[in-house]
Amino acid sequence: MSETIAVPLSAEVNRPAGLIRRAWAFPQAKIGAVLTVVVVLLAVLGPLVAEVLTGYAPDDFAGKPFKLVGIAGTDNIGRDVLSRFLDGGLTLLFYAVLATALGVLLGAALGMLAAYTGGRLDAVIMRGGDVLLSFPCLVLALLAIAVIGPRGWLLVLVIGISHAPRIARVTRQATLTVAGQDYIRAAEMYAVPRWRILLDETLPNITGPLLVEVGLRLTYSIGYVASLSFLGLGIQPPAADWGLMINENRIALVVQPWGVLLPVLAIAVLTVGTNMITDSLASAASGARQGSES
Amino acid sequence: MTADAATGTEVALAAGSVIAVSDLRVATTGGTEVLRGVDYAISPGEVLALVGESGSGKTTAGLAALGHLRRGLSATGGTVLVAPKVGEPVDMLALTSKERRQVRGAVVAYVPQDPALSLNPALRIGRQVAEVLETHGFGDSAQARADRVREVLTEVGLPGDPAYQRRYPHQLSGGQQQRVGIAMAFACRPSVVVLDEPTTGLDVTTQALVLRTIGRLTAEHRVAALYITHDLAVVAQIADRVAVMYAGEIVEVGECAQVLHRPAHEYTRRLVAAVPQLDGPVVDEPEPEPEPEPVAGEPAPLLRATGLSVRYGSHQVLRDVDLAVRAGESVMLLGESGSGKTTLSRCVAGLADEFAGTVELDGVPLARSTRQRSTAQRRELQYVFQSPFSSLNPRKTIGQSIEVPLIWLTTMDRVARQERVRQILEQVRLDPAMVHRLPDQLSGGQRQRAAIARTLVTAPRLLVCDEVTSALDVSVQATIIDLLGELRTQLGMAMLFVTHNIALARHVADRIVVLNGGEIVESGPVEEVLDNPTHPYTRTLLENTPRM
Repeated sequence: MSETIAVPLSAEVNRPAGLIRRAWAFPQAKIGAVLTVVVVLLAVLGPLVAEVLTGYAPDDFAGKPFKLVGIAGTDNIGRDVLSRFLDGGLTLLFYAVLATALGVLLGAALGMLAAYTGGRLDAVIMRGGDVLLSFPCLVLALLAIAVIGPRGWLLVLVIGISHAPRIARVTRQATLTVAGQDYIRAAEMYAVPRWRILLDETLPNITGPLLVEVGLRLTYSIGYVASLSFLGLGIQPPAADWGLMINENRIALVVQPWGVLLPVLAIAVLTVGTNMITDSLASAASGARQGSES
Repeated sequence: MTADAATGTEVALAAGSVIAVSDLRVATTGGTEVLRGVDYAISPGEVLALVGESGSGKTTAGLAALGHLRRGLSATGGTVLVAPKVGEPVDMLALTSKERRQVRGAVVAYVPQDPALSLNPALRIGRQVAEVLETHGFGDSAQARADRVREVLTEVGLPGDPAYQRRYPHQLSGGQQQRVGIAMAFACRPSVVVLDEPTTGLDVTTQALVLRTIGRLTAEHRVAALYITHDLAVVAQIADRVAVMYAGEIVEVGECAQVLHRPAHEYTRRLVAAVPQLDGPVVDEPEPEPEPEPVAGEPAPLLRATGLSVRYGSHQVLRDVDLAVRAGESVMLLGESGSGKTTLSRCVAGLADEFAGTVELDGVPLARSTRQRSTAQRRELQYVFQSPFSSLNPRKTIGQSIEVPLIWLTTMDRVARQERVRQILEQVRLDPAMVHRLPDQLSGGQRQRAAIARTLVTAPRLLVCDEVTSALDVSVQATIIDLLGELRTQLGMAMLFVTHNIALARHVADRIVVLNGGEIVESGPVEEVLDNPTHPYTRTLLENTPRM
């Protein structure tokens, strides 16, 4: 994810260097980063080395189901677990990052627009978001997949859209404080177009809270994609995927636990890692707010 | 500690003072010295003013009297001896935090800068004053304390009756809130009171009343008062002695009249010279009066506002106001908080679009909202915001901010724009190398210069300045005022200078317009209005404005 997490954030990295540096000062940020990087490297490099390392492609049959063949045994239909594990992380990560990016783009744009414009548009956007919020994300995803079928883009779309209202709320709140500042009035005086006011004057000043929210939503995205795959509605067999692997192999949890434990561990470590980074970002952001007041 | 206190006692009592700070040294945890050996002592009934600019350490030195150091600071040496009414003097810095809490409020009390922030909005004021008494075990019974609450409220000039005591802070005006703050400080009959710029947010009339209250209380109750402020005119009103702080040291201390009128130290001299005088500039007496260029019979005014009315709900902010500014002229729009002066200036600038009446520039009616005005109109009428801390985008470099009007209001290409930005920075006397700085790397004065530069890049004919100096230190204020005056003669632009500070009048304006309660109560040439005010309101303002 060292690459992937940088995608949505790279534009801001230079600007709130203060925030990121402060966050990095927390020990948990470093631990979180290590955990995240380990899983990300595993997921990114896994598909390249899987076959070389184990001698089996993810779809090759290594032997009979649930036997200790190879390093981590075989799965429900006799494929090599390690091979599938190494191969199965990338799609999950890819979908999660895409969904988060979509949610952030949509949510931040709507939130800033709502806060800056105010009035009826604000009410329409935010109440629309509330309606969306009242459906649990998973139920919404189930509905969409039941109608259209399990497609990757649909997964990204549904998860992204269900993130948008929450991100919009955070963005709206942050924008409201910024919108009261005189530099926004000044930009209005020079008739700077609205979208430029949002992009140039507002966005750079709300990256703090936004960054925290991005981290949080990424964690949730990973969880959602894994859950949907587990339910069989995400990534479809025979493709290897951590969520799917948990579902396929849970019947033999006692006989041959690695088929379940490996993906569970990876998802858990990744979630904990990103959560720790997010936590320290949040602490740094709120600490900064205290600092500027005193 | 007792030994320390005993030796210190002699020093404190020898001078007849109730508080003696000696060789106080304070440093940040990073090791930077904030105070470098500060000494002061105050006797009962005396008011010592601690003056200095932001960053001089005056607040740190003042709060040390309470034994309080802001987070990140620690005392590296010196003592703060305080003598209670009965008993041995104590060193505030040597006490444990629990002991210190006992002394604070009872022996040394504090009046904070902003009463609106320091009063608990959810507690009735009578209760808040009583709480101070309870905490320090003042009085034997609840009845005694209730009597004291009533007494102290009357002392600060508030009605002490139960109905008034049942009010919440938001039901009081700013001046009344500050009196409650003062009442809380004086409630336990302390020996020392530290006042931290207690009149900064108040109008001159209210300020005069509060200052009188403080003066009377300290004299009557023989309280030693430490008055922290940056406003030398206020110092002249209230202080017996003055200590001038600069870069963590007291550079001059002496009788009020002597320090203010015959300053010995170079820095004090500069500080005193920078204070705007109601009677006019002190140093450069023969200031060339910039006459409006077209002296012809009846030139059409550059800006004419007719019948401006604004109401927010049931509250009428402006009532049928007429205002005219001729080309090249400087008009001061004077008003206290709530007079509608900012609303008026925003109507002119196109930042408040819900008003009745018309605003004309050069005889052409202007659209209400700045977005509907033409590019040329936006170029010619510019607006400087009150606080440079909020008018510059913290994430944009100074150069980027100044370039914005050029991008949207002119057709200059990139190279020409950057050249113009450099040129304008020189004009406001900022180092052109600062284009790449972010606002938080500049001082307040530099930021305001940058903000002014942004308005000047399009060579406006009318500059509306909304309280542009109120967020700045006195000496910085003086340089900004000078700069504006100079630029005005250089560029021949007209200025609408909105302010609450009548002392600036002779420094900036040709004409003065006094706004009160949304109506213009008086207008005319500066000399005329200041020397022969016709409206009682203007007279009160002039009387209450502190002079040195």
